[in-house]
Amino acid sequence: MATTEDRSALNATETWHQELYERKPEREALLTTMSGLEVEPLYTPDNVDVDYERDLGYPGVFPYTRGVYPSMHRGKLWTMRQFAGFGTAEETNERFHYLLEHGQTGLSTAFDMPTLMGYDSDHPKSLGEVGREGVAIDSLEDMERLFEGIPLDQVSTSMTINAPAAMLLAFYICVAEEQGVPRDKLRGTIQTDILKEYIAQKEWIFPPEPSMRLCVDMIEFCANEVPRWHPVSISGYHIREAGSTAAQELAFTLADGFAYVEAAMERGLDVDAFAPRLSFFFNAHIDFFEEIAKYRAARRIWARELRDRYGARNPRSWLMRFHAQTAGVSLTAQQPQVNIVRTAVEALAAVLGGCQSLHTNSFDEALALPTEHAVKIALRTQQVLAHETGVPNTIDPLGGSYFVEDLTNRLEAEAYDYFDRIRRFGGVVPAIKENFFQREIAEASFRFQNEVERGERVIVGVNRYEDPDEKEIEILHIDPALEAQQIERVQALRVRRDAQAAEQALLRLKEDAVAERNLMPAMVDASKAYVTMGEMCDALREVWGVWRETPVF
Amino acid sequence: MDGHDRGAKIIARALRDAGMEVIYTGLHQTPEQIVETALQEDADAVGISILSGAHMTLVPKIVDGLREHGLEDVLVVVGGTIPKPDIAALKERGVAEIFTPGAPVSDIVEFLKSKIPVGA
Repeated sequence: MATTEDRSALNATETWHQELYERKPEREALLTTMSGLEVEPLYTPDNVDVDYERDLGYPGVFPYTRGVYPSMHRGKLWTMRQFAGFGTAEETNERFHYLLEHGQTGLSTAFDMPTLMGYDSDHPKSLGEVGREGVAIDSLEDMERLFEGIPLDQVSTSMTINAPAAMLLAFYICVAEEQGVPRDKLRGTIQTDILKEYIAQKEWIFPPEPSMRLCVDMIEFCANEVPRWHPVSISGYHIREAGSTAAQELAFTLADGFAYVEAAMERGLDVDAFAPRLSFFFNAHIDFFEEIAKYRAARRIWARELRDRYGARNPRSWLMRFHAQTAGVSLTAQQPQVNIVRTAVEALAAVLGGCQSLHTNSFDEALALPTEHAVKIALRTQQVLAHETGVPNTIDPLGGSYFVEDLTNRLEAEAYDYFDRIRRFGGVVPAIKENFFQREIAEASFRFQNEVERGERVIVGVNRYEDPDEKEIEILHIDPALEAQQIERVQALRVRRDAQAAEQALLRLKEDAVAERNLMPAMVDASKAYVTMGEMCDALREVWGVWRETPVF
Repeated sequence: MDGHDRGAKIIARALRDAGMEVIYTGLHQTPEQIVETALQEDADAVGISILSGAHMTLVPKIVDGLREHGLEDVLVVVGGTIPKPDIAALKERGVAEIFTPGAPVSDIVEFLKSKIPVGA
């Protein structure tokens, strides 16, 4: 930094800063991004280094900083995809029909905890959890009910499930087959991102190595059989919700993406055979510009690494396409209607950042799963952005903003620092085993919480502008009787099905697991024999064992 | 079965920083496992973080389990997304205090300090 002694060395911005800006004191407030990045009061050509052709380029052109497609939201609006699921398959099927009738353009399924953890509804660990946080799916029979009356060649479906993703994909393929829809007509995404489970969301079953193998099985199977399906959605959302910074979300997510690319290439797959089907899922948090910069940096890094490090030749392999969801953690239980405003700002950041699809949270989600009323407002928020604000009319409208370009550069540099650190551990899986990510996230989340505790970080309605006369709002209640119904249903299925066929299908699954054959065909056959998800997971638990974390805080 | 550990870890760290001995059991604990840990570690208090909606089923099982093992004096506190009517019901079932989203960490630390005898 120049001093007053050598004023001739000051550029115009520094002169402005010294002679004009510093005359008035700044407010007593934390003037960093929510991730703790220091920001200057003003950005000008003097303090931003951007080479237009090299760093930005054009939408649909390498390095895709400005967008993955030439026409972006002028050509096609983002997909409005509200995540839904609760109770049994019938309840969620009703919600799906409701959303489609109200103009939603894609489906997104939330599963309950037992399903996410690979337990059937009648497992002792499932007690009290069935249908609470999402829909309970035990078998192909439940999946048939979930998509009743929804033609699977007409919708794109997203399924948020990871450890037992392969079983759920098998169920979906079987439902499509029953509807007469061939595999190559299926469009959608299944999350499958097990690495971020160990890092942040903590819904795992097996140890990392067999889990990675199962992911690659899905990538390989989809490349050959379900070509329009996205077999992995590499997710930063949960990393951020667990308390990471924006740069950590960016870096850890892309590092996970590289790990899947490397694992699939080690299997012998050509990078261009699967990379175009990898997609991403990021958080849309409340620090507006930092979020937009994060998406832009992500596109640039992914394109560069896929082309230059992994040797992908097909430009479609270079595209970092992403779904975004507004930040659940930014929602407050206090004065919940204010969450509508938070969500709108976050959604705007995702749209300006060039998302391909978007979920907006409902205002009551710090209290319970959302009511239909709250979900409708969340969907309407996206519709207002799309049709009233004019925001989608210009591609990457903040490109060229000195501030946004500088933030993009800084987030990118921070991500590369993390890539180096992860490489020194020997990669993502060894770093997970050393608790590297878990520690980094816990540290960032503790720092943020302390800022809130000290009142430096203001959260409206929580640590400032509290309302002591607040009225309670209506929330969604899940009927506790649904759990008993679901338990009866899965138990009745086990009695009714062809016991011998089910037993043989399970045996084959285990054999294929031991023999290291791709497990997808065996899972599709097991699904048709009405083997349950929990039974398939148990079979693989026997072969592979289970994962236990040594927690750090 | 809950996988949310952001809040639990922050509380664990704040309590440790406040000079308490903290045993963090980690995720996905069953009520039986939690009671077992409380018994083995001679705990003064058990803190349960639950955001999955299963609190009305699981928390009473923990309270009952502690009582069955003669741990009547162990303080049970709960944190999470607990709707108001359930708060009253859980308190009736023997939960000492419930902290919902937005509760200051300092309140939680102070509450435990006030309820647990020093040096215990």
